[in-house]
Amino acid sequence: MWTVAASLLPLLILSVFIFGIQTLIITGVSVLSCVGVEYLSQKWLGRPVTVGDGSAVVTGMLLAFVIPPGVNYLMPILGAVMAIYIGKHLLGGIGYNIFNPALLARAFLVATFPVAMTSAWLPPLENLAIFSYLGASIDAVSTATPLAVLQEQGMAAFTAQYGTAANFYTDFFLGWRPGSIGETSGLLIVLSGLYLLYRGYITWHIPVSVIGSVALLTWAFGGEALFGGDPLLAVLSGGVLLGAFFMANDYVTCPTDKTAQLVYGIGIGALTVLIRLKGGYPEGICYAILLMNPMSTVFDNWFKPRRFAPPLAPAGGGK
Amino acid sequence: MVSFLTFPKGGVHPPDAKELTADLAVEEMGLPAELEIILAQHIGAPCTPTVARKDRVGEGDVIGEVAKGLGVPLHAPAAGVVKGFGMSAHPMRVSAPSLTIKTDPDAPARQYQKIDWQGLGKEELLKKVHDAGIVGVGGAGFPTHVKLNPPPDNPVDTLILNGAECEPYITADYRQMLESSGEIVEGARIILKILGIKKCLIGIENNKPEAIRLMSEAAAAASTDDCRIEVRPLQVKYPQGSEKQLIQTLTGRKVPAFALPSAVGAVVHNVSTTKAIYDAVALGKPLYEKIVTISGKGIKRPANLRVKVGARLSDIVEYLGGVTPELSKVVMGGPMMGFAVSSLDIPVTKTTSAVLFLAEDEIDNTPHSQCIRCGWCVEACPMGLEPKEIGLYVEAGRPEDTGRFGVFECFECGCCSYICPAKRPLVQFARLAKMKAKHQ
Repeated sequence: MWTVAASLLPLLILSVFIFGIQTLIITGVSVLSCVGVEYLSQKWLGRPVTVGDGSAVVTGMLLAFVIPPGVNYLMPILGAVMAIYIGKHLLGGIGYNIFNPALLARAFLVATFPVAMTSAWLPPLENLAIFSYLGASIDAVSTATPLAVLQEQGMAAFTAQYGTAANFYTDFFLGWRPGSIGETSGLLIVLSGLYLLYRGYITWHIPVSVIGSVALLTWAFGGEALFGGDPLLAVLSGGVLLGAFFMANDYVTCPTDKTAQLVYGIGIGALTVLIRLKGGYPEGICYAILLMNPMSTVFDNWFKPRRFAPPLAPAGGGK
Repeated sequence: MVSFLTFPKGGVHPPDAKELTADLAVEEMGLPAELEIILAQHIGAPCTPTVARKDRVGEGDVIGEVAKGLGVPLHAPAAGVVKGFGMSAHPMRVSAPSLTIKTDPDAPARQYQKIDWQGLGKEELLKKVHDAGIVGVGGAGFPTHVKLNPPPDNPVDTLILNGAECEPYITADYRQMLESSGEIVEGARIILKILGIKKCLIGIENNKPEAIRLMSEAAAAASTDDCRIEVRPLQVKYPQGSEKQLIQTLTGRKVPAFALPSAVGAVVHNVSTTKAIYDAVALGKPLYEKIVTISGKGIKRPANLRVKVGARLSDIVEYLGGVTPELSKVVMGGPMMGFAVSSLDIPVTKTTSAVLFLAEDEIDNTPHSQCIRCGWCVEACPMGLEPKEIGLYVEAGRPEDTGRFGVFECFECGCCSYICPAKRPLVQFARLAKMKAKHQ
């Protein structure tokens, strides 16, 4: 878990340069609240205290990464209570929770503070003036995310704001675009993901199937004509990469079998595209993962590992 | 020399830690003052003593027999006087009936002459194997003469000698392959003759190049048109030495669940058992000594010892100069499949292949935590089982429901416990589930 936390650090550092120093404060508040709530929950529930395993720290970082950089500092505290106390411990404790705690908390915050959670986006800083948003009125500076522009105003407005393909691909890939704190830099997310892959902590199945299905389905159905969508834009905008590498493949909430993981990843990708194209929200990865989470147990019953060899007689078994 | 031959599903790569004893030649351990011989040395019925208290016995004399059921006779490991009968500490069964011999330090060691076995028939050879008390010394302790006489409806065409020795630390088989390659190959020829087949494959892992070289030379020298003995180098992967995995690696055949290797036409013997068969048939020497690897940072002087069956662990410790202050855990067998023991009064049996004296930094005492369903155990399981589910059900007090996750196909290799990031004792959960199911 500490390795996962470490692999998320570069994203946090980059976010300070994109959105300003308050991302560090939000993440700090979120991590401390998660650790605190974890400690208190386990004390109250009479369970062994496992704060030292680092999982609350990871949840805290991921929670901060999926909320806008211009929110009130109380938000991550409320989110931490939802993620750790309700999402994790009341739903069974570590290893048994059904939903990804960070995403459950995000869904809770979106439902509770819909305005802040869907409008506190900040335009990337210029000249690395990391203190400029501190104390500023968010209403004065807030902007819309690329996906929202695309969904609400169409491609023409999008091009007017972000330039032509060559411009926005580079900016989006590096992370210079409005978005949640930790979701913007495709480059760093992929690098961190590759590091975890190299260390053997994650496997390729879920990231590849999520990203692949989002790209393929957007290409097919996301444009004016069939097969006219922009798959690269679909993957680089919104939280698909962060979700694919750090949330959809969360051990506790994803299926165990590798084939099941591929199907599961495709399910997440398909739901994401469905919500983006036909739903009311510009972004769908959060709800797509939350909707697929409870399917894991079902998948675990459907996809079983192949035994070494079946018994000779069908009735055989037992000693 | 590098071979990639191995089994396809599961397996782990623990540090092999064989360097502590790999270069140490087998040495004869001094005769202990007493030998405590457990009467149940093999799978099947325990032996009934054929001697009485105060009887004088010679080295190699029969002291116990199995009248009814599966079993082989038991022999006196040394000359002496029967001191009495009692219960001995046992690594798995807590305690087991035994007899104790007070050894005679002045009695000369018995000498054995090599005979020409080529003229003997199958039945005579089998009888020699049975009478010498041979069992599978690699661990299971299955009476060997039964394995050498497979049911007629399962024709066998391949003999496999298991020289994989995939358990970390243990070098007993390795030393035997270096020091007795000719005898092992001759043992293989005896088995081929008993089975009436012509093909023998010897599987040895890549990390033992010297054994591969010597065994290949011996095999080439002994091979004729009528009997082809070949060494097959194998990739290093635990549990390569498991019977089913070894058969699959060398022949591509899968032994069905709950079936014996003869179901797919194969018979597997450990190289040390093969050496014992050679001793029994060519020399007429019964099985009453074992080559045992004594290793770990917790013993003053690691060694490969030739130990009399019945010697207590305390005798071995004394012979090797005692334990070190770092000693933290004593394990009989390898670190993957062995059993931790709480007493040094336990005697060596025919199936003891190692005793490990492990220091604090060689073991992991971290308390285990909750399963986070990472699935590493499922990937590591060579049998395609679901150790995580077995563990959860046992913890929830439902061991009887673990059958559907394959607990009865588990051969307790320990890959799941080794790989688990939460340090869960998964193989112990599986053992518990099987035990509970058996006692219902």
